[in-house]
Amino acid sequence: MAIYDSRRRRSKFYLGLCYASVIIGLGWLALILGTLLYEGFRGLTPAVFAQMTPPPGSNGGLLNAITGSLIMTFLGVAIGTPLGMLAGTYMAEYGRYSKLTFFVRFINDILLSAPSIVIGLFIYEVMVARMGHFSALAGAAALSVIVIPVVVRTTEDMLLLVPDTLREAARALGLPRSIVIGKVAYRAARAGLVTGVLLAIARISGETAPLLFTALNNQFFSTNLNAPMSSLPAVIFQFALSPYKEWQQLAWTGALLITLAVLALSITARALQTQRPAK
Amino acid sequence: MANNLAVENAGLKPAESRLAKALAGFKLRDTGFHLLTLAAAWAVLILLGGVIASLIVGSMPAIRAFGLNFLVTEAWNPVTEKFGAMAPVYGTIVTSLVAMAIAVPSALGIAIFLTELCPYSLRRPIGIAIELLAGIPSIIYGIWGLFVFAPFLQEHVQPGLISAFAGVPVLSKLFAGPPYGIGVLTAGVILAVMVLPIVTSISRDVFETVPTVLKESAYAVGCTTWEVLRSVVIPYTRVGLIGGVMLGLGRALGETMAVTFVIGNAHRIAPSLLAPGTTISATIANEFTEAVGDLYTSALITLGLILFVITFIILAISRYMLMRLQSQEGR
Repeated sequence: MAIYDSRRRRSKFYLGLCYASVIIGLGWLALILGTLLYEGFRGLTPAVFAQMTPPPGSNGGLLNAITGSLIMTFLGVAIGTPLGMLAGTYMAEYGRYSKLTFFVRFINDILLSAPSIVIGLFIYEVMVARMGHFSALAGAAALSVIVIPVVVRTTEDMLLLVPDTLREAARALGLPRSIVIGKVAYRAARAGLVTGVLLAIARISGETAPLLFTALNNQFFSTNLNAPMSSLPAVIFQFALSPYKEWQQLAWTGALLITLAVLALSITARALQTQRPAK
Repeated sequence: MANNLAVENAGLKPAESRLAKALAGFKLRDTGFHLLTLAAAWAVLILLGGVIASLIVGSMPAIRAFGLNFLVTEAWNPVTEKFGAMAPVYGTIVTSLVAMAIAVPSALGIAIFLTELCPYSLRRPIGIAIELLAGIPSIIYGIWGLFVFAPFLQEHVQPGLISAFAGVPVLSKLFAGPPYGIGVLTAGVILAVMVLPIVTSISRDVFETVPTVLKESAYAVGCTTWEVLRSVVIPYTRVGLIGGVMLGLGRALGETMAVTFVIGNAHRIAPSLLAPGTTISATIANEFTEAVGDLYTSALITLGLILFVITFIILAISRYMLMRLQSQEGR
């Protein structure tokens, strides 16, 4: 009996550690979000959306950074999504059991977690160094390289969830595969495909490292794709490390905006995903 | 094939030739779409090849100038153009180890809680919360670390650590020097918080693959909950857990922004965890746009290449482990 008691005590001890790790882990994350909300909302004024990033020591907003982020995120998704979807389509439809698919899946999963700063270096080498200057286009290209693996992954997963009987029924009517994919498989997996794109947007909207030496930063409002462009993450990086109170406050506010956007996108994606089973 | 059909049918009635034409069009579009998707799949491979190739090309000047000595040189002097990767590589590995040492036990604890101990009604909300947290951009962790966590450590924790371990042989070296707040330890802790949701969510998925029968059998022979976990659940899921840990490690090694904010960016190898240091990604993020001269730029790109190779190997192992787990399940 004594042995059993000691085993039970031991069990209680380790399970206690599990509870403790939950409290510490979730508490810690709650602390981060709490500080962010507190500091961020403190500086959230209409001016943030109406004015440009200020020179040191004066008040201003984040309009140029927000616009820049929106433009580059949009372009990045616009370039990356079609390519990712087509590759995912190949893997789930035409080449489901081919060697190439196996290989692409492996590489894609690695690209999915590859350090984003390396992607920045890659785009610097192939675009910025060739063109001779930093540009928003290079920033968008870097973001699209990050979008592609996310979209490939979700497209493949979602298409694989579509029941084969649907495809077979369509084929039995004599439809060619491209139409089966376009009119049946894509439609059945529509919610999932949208989810993939939303997740990709969420992923790149906070990416900083690949933008630092592709799009650089810009103090002024610019929509010129061939020139450096400001972005929220880059501005946060610059402002947070500065000694100026106003800049630091704007960095917090920017961080809040990004977090809210990312959370909203993830929650929408999740809501869409649970709407399945696809019809 | 399609053309032959059209020719053969040329003499037939208009309706039938229209059908043949439509069929040929179908065929053409199908082949076109097939090739298009095939090309896209290849493009993903080419992308990875392009990343590696561009890094190798970019790092050639530095490799030619320093050779393998680059890896074992500590100096980093842009003025005399002497560069070595040892300090950043050391910093990258140490911060990641600190991060994993903290994150892995906590993540396992949370995953065990979620799969074994948590009441059903709480499982989904906590699970979702963790997955949402995994998506929060790293710059958020960085700014929090810089403004909240580093000052807190500097004022309340580090002086205590320094005086507590002052006389102890090894630990006094690890926790020495003035309390800067920022430094290797701070970066490691922030990384741990970042990696925690990733490792947790994979461990939880992996734990859920354990057949209930196995666990129930263990309980039936009188095992305590901990014994079931230690002797059944964890051995059964070992491969997947290693995969999850490696995935977290891959993230920690390559993480840039969260670390850049709090590491202190000092190019040296200090034995103390409290001293500022640098990592590969932080060095690149801080210095790349200011690098003057081809050799400087090239040295930074070489750092990027080293980082990519390390993370590639770690992530490849991780994927291999997770894939083995999946085939084990017989999916």
